[in-house]
Amino acid sequence: MSDLKRTPLHALHLELGAKMVPFAGYEMPVQYTAGVMKEHLACRDGAALFDVSHMGQIILRHPDGPEAAAVALERIVPQSVIGLAEGRQRYGLLLNGAGGILDDLMIARRAEDLFLVVNAACLQADLDLLKDGLPDCDVRMLDRALIAIQGPAAEATLEAIAPGAAAMRFMDVAKLDSDHGTLWVSRSGYTGEDGYEVSVAAEEAEGLARAMLNGGAVPAGLGARDSLRLEAGLCLYGSDMDDTVTPVEADLTWAIQKVRRAGGEREGGFPGAAVVLGQMAEGAGRKRVGLKPVGRAPMRAGVALFDGERRVGEITSGGFGPTVGHPVAMGLVDIDHAGIGTTLEGELRGKRLPVEVVALPFRPATYKR
Amino acid sequence: MKFTEEHEWIRPEDDEENVVTVGITDHAAEQLGDIVFVELPKEGRTVVKEDEVVVIESVKAASDIMAPLDGEIIEVNPALEENPGLVNEDPTGAGWFFKMRVEDLSALDDYMDEAAYKKFI
Repeated sequence: MSDLKRTPLHALHLELGAKMVPFAGYEMPVQYTAGVMKEHLACRDGAALFDVSHMGQIILRHPDGPEAAAVALERIVPQSVIGLAEGRQRYGLLLNGAGGILDDLMIARRAEDLFLVVNAACLQADLDLLKDGLPDCDVRMLDRALIAIQGPAAEATLEAIAPGAAAMRFMDVAKLDSDHGTLWVSRSGYTGEDGYEVSVAAEEAEGLARAMLNGGAVPAGLGARDSLRLEAGLCLYGSDMDDTVTPVEADLTWAIQKVRRAGGEREGGFPGAAVVLGQMAEGAGRKRVGLKPVGRAPMRAGVALFDGERRVGEITSGGFGPTVGHPVAMGLVDIDHAGIGTTLEGELRGKRLPVEVVALPFRPATYKR
Repeated sequence: MKFTEEHEWIRPEDDEENVVTVGITDHAAEQLGDIVFVELPKEGRTVVKEDEVVVIESVKAASDIMAPLDGEIIEVNPALEENPGLVNEDPTGAGWFFKMRVEDLSALDDYMDEAAYKKFI
């Protein structure tokens, strides 16, 4: 794993007994000694710590200030960035000209700039896209660490480290003072749990992580992160969506605010707008849905879905849901087979096994709104 | 008890001639992580060495288990359907997979004994 990059928490991962694997060009912990199941349950019952420093952190500045940066960013995302209040964050998408999703990201509106968090595997392409598309902006990548603390006990743990955390609501962002320098905190995450994502200077990251662990957080790896986000019905870029899948197909139209939709004040004006707004009006041919295998065998990405002899879709991610206690999956399914309650068959090791289209999420989120 | 390079254990039964019980080792169970589903073969199935006979699903991934010898599957562990986690709790005991009647028990000699397996892992 010598050509892989390491996060500032690498030594701590090894000390904690992590099993390291290559992920998006980084050496990352897939699990620690407790194992995926216990780490998953620790996040639902208490607090879990995830190193997400591999994700790209980008600052977007405009010489005329953050309002101008927001106007600029709206040229390349379908979100309302102008409408995002200072101290708030929202989920966003980068699209290609055909409406395909190039990446999903978090957009935070801060006093002086916009702060973006993007997927590690897409970072370079995203930087190129931002620089090309926003020549009037200064686009800067940061080498800060990013630590997520998630679960019902996250609030108390982080409040003790960074006073002010408890007063935040879901999707608030704030700079909070701590013994580990100024923390850039957002009340968000990707587990379906209440919790925070904390950007911290690289040299302070290990101290912060240790303080969180001392405060009761359990270290959790990529394995638990995946089963948690699956139960929460959250899609994973590169699995449930990619540049061939539109936001309408991915069932992410909730992320496109009214003001950018047909009839809105700032309708369209983003890459792929014609396709995306057209699909919002007329529907898409397929849709991302929740899928519950009826038996106990998990169905994972790549399992083909059938209605009789007709192939009607494919599972895009799946596994076992430790909290719900049964296999969970998501997939892209032809629209006439995407209704909740539809029973399809998944082809698993040559056998056809029933799988039901169900509402997402498998487990309701516990965000503090 | 004998061991394969695929981290299976094979235990000849004292009271039944030419019958062996097969499972996976502690090492394998630990590597696989939390096991959530085990697909066992049908009793009565005739298998050839290296046929894929068991699928183990952990929270992380699916893995295949091969028949270690030629023979017939005569019994599978009924407890694993309800409680696949037995494979993690007690891989060499309550977490066994299947019993098979083999044609030639001497083929077991090709596999490692415990000391050799410990060296192997």
